Amino acid sequence: MSDTVTPAGSGPRLQILKTYKLFIGGAFPRSESGRYLQVKTAGGRFMANIARASRKDFRQAVVVARKAHEAWHKKSAFNRGQILYRMAEMLESRSSGFQAMLVEAAGYGPESAKAELDAAVDRLVWYAGWADKFHQIAGNTNPVATAHFNFSFPEAMGVVAVLSSKQCPLLGIISALAPVIVSGNACIIIVDDPAPTIAIELAEVLATSDLPGGVVNILTGLRSELFVQAGSHMDVDGVFAIGSDFEEKKKLQIEAAEAVKRTFFVDDAPPSQWLADNRQSPYWILPFVEFKTAWHPIGV
Amino acid sequence: MLPSSSRYVPPNSPTIDEVSINERVDKLGTRSIKTTAKIQGLKLCIAMMDLTTLEGSDTPGKIETLCQKARLPITTRDDVPQVAAVCVYPPMVPIAKAALAGTKIKVAAVATYFPSGQATLSERLDEVRRTVEAGADEIDMVISRGDFLQGRYDKVHDEITRTVEACGDAHLKVILETGELQTLDKVRLASDIAMDAGAHFIKTSTGKVQPAATLPVTLVMLEAIRDYYQRTGRMVGMKPAGGIRDSKLALKYLVLVKETLGDAWLSPDWFRFGASALLNDVLMQLESQRTGRYQSDRYFSLS
Amino acid sequence: MSQKPSDLLFGDLWSYAPAPESPSHAKYDKRLSHYIDGKFEPGENFFPVLNPATEEVMTEAPTADAATVDRAVRAARVAYEKYWRPMPGKERAKYLYRIARMIQEKARELAILESMNGGKPIRESRDVDVPLAAAHFAYYAGWADKLKYAFPGVDPRPIGVAGQIIPWNFPLLMAAWKIAPALATGNTVVLKPAETTPLTCWKLAEIIQEADLPPGVVNIIHGMGQTGAAMVNHPDVDKIAFTGSTDVGKIIQRAIAGTKKRLTLELGGKGANIIFEDAAIDQAVEGIVNGIWFNQGHVCCAGSRLLVEESVVDQVVMKLTHRMQTLRVGDPLDKNTDIGAINSRAQLDKITELVQAGVDEGGTKHQPVCELPGKGFFFRPTFFTGVSQSSRVSQEEIFGPVLAVLTFRTAAEAIEKANNTPYGLSAGVWTEKGSKIFAMAGALKAGVVWGNTFNKFDPGSPFGGYKESGFGREGGRHGLLPYLDLGGC
Repeated sequence: MSDTVTPAGSGPRLQILKTYKLFIGGAFPRSESGRYLQVKTAGGRFMANIARASRKDFRQAVVVARKAHEAWHKKSAFNRGQILYRMAEMLESRSSGFQAMLVEAAGYGPESAKAELDAAVDRLVWYAGWADKFHQIAGNTNPVATAHFNFSFPEAMGVVAVLSSKQCPLLGIISALAPVIVSGNACIIIVDDPAPTIAIELAEVLATSDLPGGVVNILTGLRSELFVQAGSHMDVDGVFAIGSDFEEKKKLQIEAAEAVKRTFFVDDAPPSQWLADNRQSPYWILPFVEFKTAWHPIGV
Repeated sequence: MLPSSSRYVPPNSPTIDEVSINERVDKLGTRSIKTTAKIQGLKLCIAMMDLTTLEGSDTPGKIETLCQKARLPITTRDDVPQVAAVCVYPPMVPIAKAALAGTKIKVAAVATYFPSGQATLSERLDEVRRTVEAGADEIDMVISRGDFLQGRYDKVHDEITRTVEACGDAHLKVILETGELQTLDKVRLASDIAMDAGAHFIKTSTGKVQPAATLPVTLVMLEAIRDYYQRTGRMVGMKPAGGIRDSKLALKYLVLVKETLGDAWLSPDWFRFGASALLNDVLMQLESQRTGRYQSDRYFSLS
Repeated sequence: MSQKPSDLLFGDLWSYAPAPESPSHAKYDKRLSHYIDGKFEPGENFFPVLNPATEEVMTEAPTADAATVDRAVRAARVAYEKYWRPMPGKERAKYLYRIARMIQEKARELAILESMNGGKPIRESRDVDVPLAAAHFAYYAGWADKLKYAFPGVDPRPIGVAGQIIPWNFPLLMAAWKIAPALATGNTVVLKPAETTPLTCWKLAEIIQEADLPPGVVNIIHGMGQTGAAMVNHPDVDKIAFTGSTDVGKIIQRAIAGTKKRLTLELGGKGANIIFEDAAIDQAVEGIVNGIWFNQGHVCCAGSRLLVEESVVDQVVMKLTHRMQTLRVGDPLDKNTDIGAINSRAQLDKITELVQAGVDEGGTKHQPVCELPGKGFFFRPTFFTGVSQSSRVSQEEIFGPVLAVLTFRTAAEAIEKANNTPYGLSAGVWTEKGSKIFAMAGALKAGVVWGNTFNKFDPGSPFGGYKESGFGREGGRHGLLPYLDLGGC
């Protein structure tokens, strides 16, 4: 939100209010359902009406993500790393703006807002560096007993649905997004936290980072309405759920069984804990890849 | 550089995966040949044998001993067949012919300046004609490996066709010398060229170069024969030579033939072993089967 | 190129005499027992165990009820806390090496039992199943004291008690695939073999007892579906590992929802074997044969769909026809048998039904002319031409010696067809062009890609599926992951 600037002598200037829509395919469409949720600032003032994504929005996002995955995973790993780095550049250049948003929308103190932005940028840089190295700690050749060359390597699984942190509106999303897409997956992130406008602001950062449209899709709305889709949609390969309670976890696992879908659960935490090193790991990349092993004879 | 008159186009031979061939050979090597199958197989081995002596030190006496063994491999039983042929150097052909008179055993001779083949074409063809005139029923020739490895497939093909002609009524076995060709791809190509050129048999080796016959090379050649037969309807025979010293190994070769080409090739008309020490080992195995006792070589006459 | 039908004769001019392996070397009880807490204990509710080649009852096995499962899990829990978790890795390693060596000592007996009970040819049990089982134990023995090197930055810990349910197609080998990594990483085990094939696991329990493994570290119980369900539902099991059908895999995945249990699944497949025109054709045909008729096609990673480049399909079909003629169907204990018995009447009925469906849908069925034994569950090797991507025989997992032959014109089409399935376990590619091998390996959605080869296994090589063929890997460094807790990250 920019400050109102009053040109001398002309009276107060009315601000343009931002419309917060969904982020699908690199564009910002409204929910096809036309529904919205009212969001207030931390201080209780009306802030915005954000889109309340429907299951049809989710379905559309999956179609878009699947298509985007095809091209995204074919890029070189180095290229994906460069794009994640650019995301860090974009976020860094908007850092002060995001810090102000964390204060206004999420009620952070100024020091914690700064700490979160620093950590968010640094974390993007950290994962950017893994893009073309993860394989080297996850894959290997296997010394089989017959005259064959044999190697195992990781491949992105495809489309991952993310149920993001309910407590940490910026770093929580980035901590889930980066490990999922760095290997070549596309994702749909369902955001339902106290300051969901920040997720859409983040989408603007993504949209200017050379990230191909559809690799990350962000749906604001009610997690309680949408989480089942994540589990049941037959063209979603994996689910990354942060902070699931028992009922949600159980339901997700049951739904996931229909397609033998992979699920990965992580506890949620308050923003200060998301800053810690144990919230970033190559072993958060690993649950969203498949290992392929290839054989070939060695002979003349 | 192809001569402008070259009309022969080398065949589009497939490449061969060596590891897969070795695996197939190993698997076929697990066939368990027992009792009646073993006895029948061993007798077939004898009937398919080209009993061979190709030494600089060969003398008429040696040849006569060999032929005597060929006619009567073992004196203590009468259910053992005679061998298919004896295989000697050209000057020994008349001696062998006389020693085998009255039998159906063929006289095969190596010619074309065996084993190196290093002579002019006309010298080689001349040797073939003389040897056939001397009475040889079968000629084993060597291909020009140097020309082959240079890619002069037209020349190799041409020399074989001319040798087929020079043989007249005699059968021609074409020795590829697989130990010098080294890769199975080349073995396959050489087999295809030899058959295109009219070979009656294709043969692995002279026995003078290591490795001589091996099971993988033989399998590749049998598969070449199968494809050629499928394409042209003409049967070609096969002969592994050198390094086949014991019955167990010989039976493995027979399994390859049976499971690649089938019944029609399981006869001396279409499959031969080039061997010498093998005969006594087969006889020993037959005696073991008959008596239930393991044998000693002192009971088996030298060839 | 169209060929006239070949006239190669694969007949009886020189026929292999019977070469039977003698069953007398294999010793087993008339009644099997559970192995719990280091002791063999008699069970209840016995069910017959058949020899599928003769349909005779070999022995009977007990059914573990919920109380027995509970005892086994408790024994495993106690053993975990008391013996196994505190034991240094290098000591655990030595137990595993012992087991490997004893399997080698008893190799012949184990191979005979596997063939008699399961139906697979003795040559396969002897040359593949038993040696690989021993090798798995030996391989994972070596990891037991090196876990901190396995995953950079992490010093992993075991999970606890693993419940493991294995199928009937490679009984001893599947037991090795499950037990070896679990033990190497410090977990304890309750394992249930399939109800039709309990014998070699029962024998393995004997070996484990002789190896003096501390009581409760490995428990082997018998039973049917309900026993498996009791294991899956037991609250004190930390991890379930299941190999079997996709349908049951999904049931298990649902059943553990909401619990602490971790899961790995190794399920069905409908592997595509792709032959390009520039393949080494004879060797590719051998690869097909290996891919679908090895182990009577009872292989989750069987190459049951053949995708042939159209320009060479006639040649391939002709060679396949010849090759089928030399396959020997018969007594599993005969050393020259290539295709043994189908594991059970139920499986035989399923194969028969699906093959009939193939015919009803208009496909052409190809089988060799050969006699089948008078009794026992036997099926001739079969392939279908004239079927399409949507035929039942091309889509459903038959789990028998039945191959569907399809064609393609371009690599892109081959990839599309190969990936057009909910399964994703294995694929084969045959071409002599190296860059094409790598391109196909990248494009095929399968956990194992065999290039110019097929059905190759090694304890060091990770095996497992994409999509509905399951998740998790068995073998290699990656095979440790399902049994480890990577810590606070």
